[in-house]
Amino acid sequence: MSHLLLAAQDPGELAKGLTAVGRGIVYGGAAIGPGIGIGIVVGNAITAMARQPEAAGMVRTTMFLGIAFTEALALFGFVLAFIISG
Amino acid sequence: MIVGIDFPPISHVIEWPALFLKDSWFEVNKVVVLMWVSVALVFAFFYAASRARKLVPTGVQNAGESVVQFIREGVILQTMGAEGLYWTPFLLMLFSFIFVCNIWEIIPGIQMPVNARIALPLFMALLVWVLFNFIGIKKQGFFGYFKAMLFPPGVPKALYLLVTPIELVSTLFVRPLSLSVRLFANMLAGHLLLVSFAVITATLFTLKVVVVIWPVSLALLIGLTGFEVLVAVLQAFIFTILTAVYIGGAMHPEH
Repeated sequence: MSHLLLAAQDPGELAKGLTAVGRGIVYGGAAIGPGIGIGIVVGNAITAMARQPEAAGMVRTTMFLGIAFTEALALFGFVLAFIISG
Repeated sequence: MIVGIDFPPISHVIEWPALFLKDSWFEVNKVVVLMWVSVALVFAFFYAASRARKLVPTGVQNAGESVVQFIREGVILQTMGAEGLYWTPFLLMLFSFIFVCNIWEIIPGIQMPVNARIALPLFMALLVWVLFNFIGIKKQGFFGYFKAMLFPPGVPKALYLLVTPIELVSTLFVRPLSLSVRLFANMLAGHLLLVSFAVITATLFTLKVVVVIWPVSLALLIGLTGFEVLVAVLQAFIFTILTAVYIGGAMHPEH
């Protein structure tokens, strides 16, 4: 408890801690949507490949494109987390 | 500082001291030298592969031909059709150069991906941006290109209020941004991942009681190094295939 009080008295330490928390929230929040999205993309691509193995090449190319577009959002969050400075 | 683990700040991991031309715009450090070496390596590889061509390929020529075939059949014919084969040399160089720049990440003693600094990905993304806009204007005319981009056919008239601004921003601004940031952030994340596990492994080795979980950390470090090879290939492939899609889209308006 006394540590918390000490931290509260030193504004520099508090700002540093809150910055670290903010970075975690930014990246964690940015990863939720793309995580679900990539799951949907890959899951449907596997279904398509299992149904039509002869179209696997085309499906794989399109799957990587879909992953690339979905993943971009998570990466913006990753970069933003580093840009945030306390 | 948890159980004595001391992570280096990010500036110690990706910033390198200048070798020469210090404090000028043309400062040369390890990353720039690696970039030059990559150019030389790609040139030497394809020069050696095409120097003495034989009907039945062996050695270097075999490897070179499989890369060319991968670009032709895996990238161009899947996205642009036979017409896009004109762009084979450009996309081949793009793929090879990005791959060599990425693979420095796991070469022992070097371990710095060139693309973990934004400069090179941003330059290549801007190059692609200029290229696909130029091709679109050349093939479809200035007004035809922007009409096909901003007013895609088959959309109800009232929806153009919504569609046109979105298309404008996504084609002209988000495309180069996402193209560069995707490559940059993937390589930076992979680099930081390997640094983190190396630091954890080294720290656990020096501790007394916790040393029993050291092999787990070491095994993860080795496994992640293998994973980074996959990421290096995949990011080079994705950059190339997106370039092919953008150029193909500019050659033929969507319909």
